[in-house]
Amino acid sequence: MIEFQHVSFAYEKERPVLRDLSFKIEKGESVGLIGANGAGKSTLMKLLLGLLQGEGRIFVDGTPVEKSSLAEVRRKLGFVLQNSDNQMFMPTVYEDMIFGPLNYGLSREEAERRVDAVLERLGLQELKHRHNHRISGGEKRMAAIATVLAMDPEVILMDEPSSALDPCNRRVVINTIRTLPQTKLIASHDLDMILDTCDRVLLMSGGVLVADGPAQTLLRDRALLEAHRMELPFRLSGC
Amino acid sequence: MNKMQRALRELTEMDDLAAQDSVMHRLHPTAKLLSTILYIAAVLSFGKYQLSGLAVFLLWPVLLFQLSGIPVHICFYKLRFVLPLVMAVGLFNPFFDTAPLLYLGPVPVSGGVVSMLTLMLKGLLCLMASFLLMATTGIDRLCASLRRLHVPGLLVTLLLLTYRYVGVMTEELAVMTEAYQLRAPGQKGIARAAWGSFLGQLLLRSMDRAQELYSSMLLRGYHEHFHYAPVPAFSGKDALYLLLCAAVFLLLRLVPLAQWLGGLVVR
Repeated sequence: MIEFQHVSFAYEKERPVLRDLSFKIEKGESVGLIGANGAGKSTLMKLLLGLLQGEGRIFVDGTPVEKSSLAEVRRKLGFVLQNSDNQMFMPTVYEDMIFGPLNYGLSREEAERRVDAVLERLGLQELKHRHNHRISGGEKRMAAIATVLAMDPEVILMDEPSSALDPCNRRVVINTIRTLPQTKLIASHDLDMILDTCDRVLLMSGGVLVADGPAQTLLRDRALLEAHRMELPFRLSGC
Repeated sequence: MNKMQRALRELTEMDDLAAQDSVMHRLHPTAKLLSTILYIAAVLSFGKYQLSGLAVFLLWPVLLFQLSGIPVHICFYKLRFVLPLVMAVGLFNPFFDTAPLLYLGPVPVSGGVVSMLTLMLKGLLCLMASFLLMATTGIDRLCASLRRLHVPGLLVTLLLLTYRYVGVMTEELAVMTEAYQLRAPGQKGIARAAWGSFLGQLLLRSMDRAQELYSSMLLRGYHEHFHYAPVPAFSGKDALYLLLCAAVFLLLRLVPLAQWLGGLVVR
């Protein structure tokens, strides 16, 4: 579904952020992208979304990510931003949710049906006409996920979906992610959440992919994690 | 809540006002937009000494405030920063135009004073009309209406995004002001020495946010064309409202109603 072939990227020539990155993600997989600050996780996401252009090739469902195919590629991808305030730019949750489907050519009736279906599935019907400025952080994060689901993407990308959430809202988000059938790529420092939601983990360090394996194995490898400025998930740390 | 957070709240309150339900809210946005344009054109067409003719036009916003259920004080509160500027426009007229134009009993009133009052009233009426349009229509329906009137899409999108950008900048300003005040206890406002870097940071931060927002729009298929909320068809009721407005404005503009009424009282 997603393929990176020898991808490199640098904001400044002498300081590469990603170096010769190659991996594949199959359809339906749920993959966690972990690494310390500055490891290149967000940059990788932006390259995949075509917001940045680097060296090497990236494919989404066989389509190369390049200027001429951006519309087709982006139609397959749904991106949940780390800061939901930047995702929710319309006055109400409903208007935000309908924005994507309308842009992709759905009629207002079809788009509204889809919005209602997503809200019902996530149990968020009461948020529909709420003003984005007047909902809590947890509600906003769920609404941001809903805006992405309303586009019916084949792949969902999430950047720190559990950050700045209280334990209860964090659990709601985790449970929601687990129910999503799409291919998922989740960048996070919350390794407990990755353990709960992902089958496979990619560990990045200094712009390089240093490990790729099953979440249950990789996230138990204390030496590997600590070598790359990370810690065992709290649940596995024995505390 | 600091000043900026209050300002942000006020911005969202305009959307709340527009979401209310009243006879005015239910009118077609195009009818309201065109009637407001006609009203402003009629108000601006008065000469600088035609204060009495202009005064009658005050009745129109008063009527609309009643019909829309929006309290007048909200209008004056929201316009509190703009009103003084508009009022200041003709402030120097009394110094330049000193010839007596009329007498209030034994007291001479100069042309400068009358023209100053005329300018102030014109400003006030135009602002009130614009406020009523925004408060009963909302930015999205207003933009949809502008598109129906074949105003170029780029201009309309620019208007909409500017309106939204004000919100983004205010949010950033609220965060920065709060952070500043927490580290400057007892200090009123922001020290003059910090203004430069403060404004620079504000610009950079709001540009970053704007870029993120734009990326978010692009990732959801945005391609320089907004899909505005559907506006109901222009009905006979809307046409009647527009015709009525045009007729009333024309009548008030051509017939010196205030002078007639004044004549009746004086007689």
